[in-house]
Amino acid sequence: MTTDEVIVNLVVPAIKIAVVLGVVSLLVAYLTLLERKVLGFMQLRLAPRRVGPSGLLQPIADGIKLLIKEDLVPDGADRSLFVLAPILSVIPAFAALAVLPFAAAPFEILGYKFTPFITDVNIGVLYILSITSLGVYGIILGGWSSNSKYSLLGSLRSAAQMVSYEVPLGLSIIGVLMLSGTASMVGIVEAQRAAGMWFFLPQIVGLFCYFVSAVAETNRLPFDLPEAEAELVAGYQTEYAGMKFAFFMMAEYVNMIVVASLATTLWLGGWMRPFPNVEALAFLDFLNWAHPALSGIFWFALKVFLILYVYIWLRGTFPRYRYDQLMRLGWKWLLPLALVNIVVTGLVLIIKQQG
Amino acid sequence: MFRTEMMEINMGPQHPSTHGVLRLALTLDGETIVEVKPIIGYLHRGVEKLAEHKIYVMVPPLCDRLDYVGSASQNLGYLQAVEKLAGIEVPERARYIRTIIAELNRISSHLVWLGTHALDIGAMTVFFYCFREREMILDLFEAFCGARLTTNMFRVGGILEDLPPGWIEGTRRFIDLFPGRIKEYEGLLSANRIWLERTKGVGYISAEEAVNWGMTGPMLRASGVGYDVRKTEPYAAYDQVEFDIPTEKAGDTYARYLVRLEEMRQSERIIRQALDKLPGGEIRAPKLKTRMKPPAGEVYHEVEGPRGVQGFYLVSDGGETPYRCHFRAPSFVNLAAIGVMSRGGLVADIVAVIGTIDIVLGDCDR
Repeated sequence: MTTDEVIVNLVVPAIKIAVVLGVVSLLVAYLTLLERKVLGFMQLRLAPRRVGPSGLLQPIADGIKLLIKEDLVPDGADRSLFVLAPILSVIPAFAALAVLPFAAAPFEILGYKFTPFITDVNIGVLYILSITSLGVYGIILGGWSSNSKYSLLGSLRSAAQMVSYEVPLGLSIIGVLMLSGTASMVGIVEAQRAAGMWFFLPQIVGLFCYFVSAVAETNRLPFDLPEAEAELVAGYQTEYAGMKFAFFMMAEYVNMIVVASLATTLWLGGWMRPFPNVEALAFLDFLNWAHPALSGIFWFALKVFLILYVYIWLRGTFPRYRYDQLMRLGWKWLLPLALVNIVVTGLVLIIKQQG
Repeated sequence: MFRTEMMEINMGPQHPSTHGVLRLALTLDGETIVEVKPIIGYLHRGVEKLAEHKIYVMVPPLCDRLDYVGSASQNLGYLQAVEKLAGIEVPERARYIRTIIAELNRISSHLVWLGTHALDIGAMTVFFYCFREREMILDLFEAFCGARLTTNMFRVGGILEDLPPGWIEGTRRFIDLFPGRIKEYEGLLSANRIWLERTKGVGYISAEEAVNWGMTGPMLRASGVGYDVRKTEPYAAYDQVEFDIPTEKAGDTYARYLVRLEEMRQSERIIRQALDKLPGGEIRAPKLKTRMKPPAGEVYHEVEGPRGVQGFYLVSDGGETPYRCHFRAPSFVNLAAIGVMSRGGLVADIVAVIGTIDIVLGDCDR
C-alpha cells in the first residue's frame, strides 16, 4: 500500500471514529444532565446546579464518582460474565454509530476527504437493527451472572421485551425502505429530498410504531420494566456499581441517541433543513458560510434533540406498564399496525406505478 | 430432565416501595404471585407498653409516632379517650380547631399516599406535585405548633394555645387553591390509559371479604360499604358540619384512588364550614391537673383516621398512669388482607397493592 492508501483507508476512518466516539460520549454525559434538568423543570424542583455554573460540570463529577467507586463483584456471581456483561451492552450501542449520517458534504482537510459520517453501507438500516439487538445479551448475562433474583427477573423481562419489540420496530421501518428503495442511510435522506417531503408525512403510522417500540427497546419509561425501580429495585443493574454500572447507563443513553438518530434519518429528513427544495428558505442553512456540513449537523442535532426531549417528557408524564400489558401492546397492537402500514404502503405504490 | 419450581423472593425490609420496613415473602410462578406473606415487626417500639409508664399527658407524643403521616388524628383519638375516661368537657372552639386540623392532616396524609402510590406505579411527577401542597399544610402546622410531622398539637381538655394571627387566612388561601390542584393530579392520572390499566381490577376485594378482614377507612368504602366513624359516632365538631362519605362499588385500586381523591375534596368542604362557623370562647377545659387520676374503669374510643378506624383502649386503675393501653392500628388490619388482594396478580401488582393499602409501618408495628 502506498502512504496515500494507508491514510485514506486507515488514518482517515480512525480519526472519524475517534471524533464520533468522543463527541457522542460527551453528549451522553450531557444527556444525563439534560434529562435531570428537564425533569426538574417538569417536577417543580431544582435540578443539579451546584457543580460548575448552573450545574454544567455535574456529569463530570458523576463520572469521577463512578470511576473511583469500589468495583464490587457480589458473592456467588459468575465473575467473568459479570465483568463481560456491561461491555457487551455498551459495544453494540457505540458500534451502531458507524452508519449514522450526521451530514452529507465532506470536509477537505490537507487534501483528504472527511465525510461527516463514519461510513455509508448499502444495508445501513439493517446493520443498525442487527447490531443494536445484540445489546440484549449484555442485559441478560448481567442479570443472570449477578446471582440475584431481582436481577434475574429484570433480565428475563428485558429478554422478552426487547425481543418482542424488535419485531414491530423492524416492520415499522419497512414502509420507509419501500418508499426510498434503498437501505443506505445516506440514500434514504437523498430519497426524501427527491420525494420533496420528509417521510413522516406518508409514513406517520410507521413513525408512531417505531417511536413506541424504540422507547421499549431502550428500556425507558413507560416501558422501563427491566429496571423498574419500584418493583425490582434496579432490575438487571441491581448488583452493579462503579464503572460497570456506568457502562450500562452509557449503553442506555447511546441507544437513545441511536434510535433518535435513526428516526431523524428515516422520517425527519436527516440533515436536511425543512423544505430542502424551497430556495426561499435557504437562509435556514445559516451555517453554510462556514461549511455546508455544519448546517447539516445543526439540523440533525436539532431533530435528535427534539426526539430526546420527547423521551424525557414521556418519563415525566407516564406511569409504568405492567409486564403482561406491555406484551399485549407489542403483539396485539403495534405488530398488526406495522403490518397494515406495510400493506397499505405497498398498495399505494402499486397503484401509483400502474397509473 | 427439565423441571419448574416456584421462586421464593424476599421483598423488603429494605426495598424502595414497601413504604418503610415491611417485609414480604413472595412465592412466584414466573412473574405470577402464588403467595404473599407479610412479615412485620421491624419497627416495633413497644409504644403500648411504654405508655403504661407515663402519666396520661405524656402519652400523646408517643401517639404521634404511631402513624406519623396522620399524627393529628392519632392525638385526637387518644386525647378523646382520656377525656371520656376522666369525664372532661372540651370547649366548642377547641373542638372546631381540632376538626380543622384533623382534616388538614387527612389531606396531607392522602397527599403522601397519592404521591408515593403514583411513584410506585412509575408516575414520578405526581409525587412532586403532591408534596408541593403537603408542604403548605405542614407550614400551617408549623405556624400553629412549631412542629411539622409529629405535631402533638392537642392537649387533654382542648388545645394549648389559640390559633396564631393570620392562620385562618392562610388556611383559607390553601383550601381555595386546593381544588384546582386536585384537578392537576387528576389530569395526570385519572384519564391516563396506563394508570387505568395498572389500577383497574388490581387488588380487588369484595365488600364481604373487606368486612370479614376488618378493613376500615377508604379500603372499606371503595368496596361499597359506607362506614365512617365521623358519621356513625361523631366526635369533635363533625356533627356540626355537612359532608358526604364517598363510596365506590368496584373494590379495586382505582376505586380506592377515586374514594381518596373525593375524601380530600370532602375534607376541604369540612374545613371551609368549620372556619366559617368557628366560635369564640375558651380553648381548654378549666381546672385540669397535670398529674390527673381518672377514675378506675376502661374506655374504648374510635376516630376515623386517614387510613381507617383508629381505636384507643385505655384501662385505668385510678392511678396516675394508664394500667393498660391498646391501640387499634388500621394499617395492621388492612395489611392482613394483602394476600387476598394480590393473589394471582403479577409482581408489579404487589407494589400497587401496597400503595393502595396506604400502610404506615409505624402504625402497623407500634
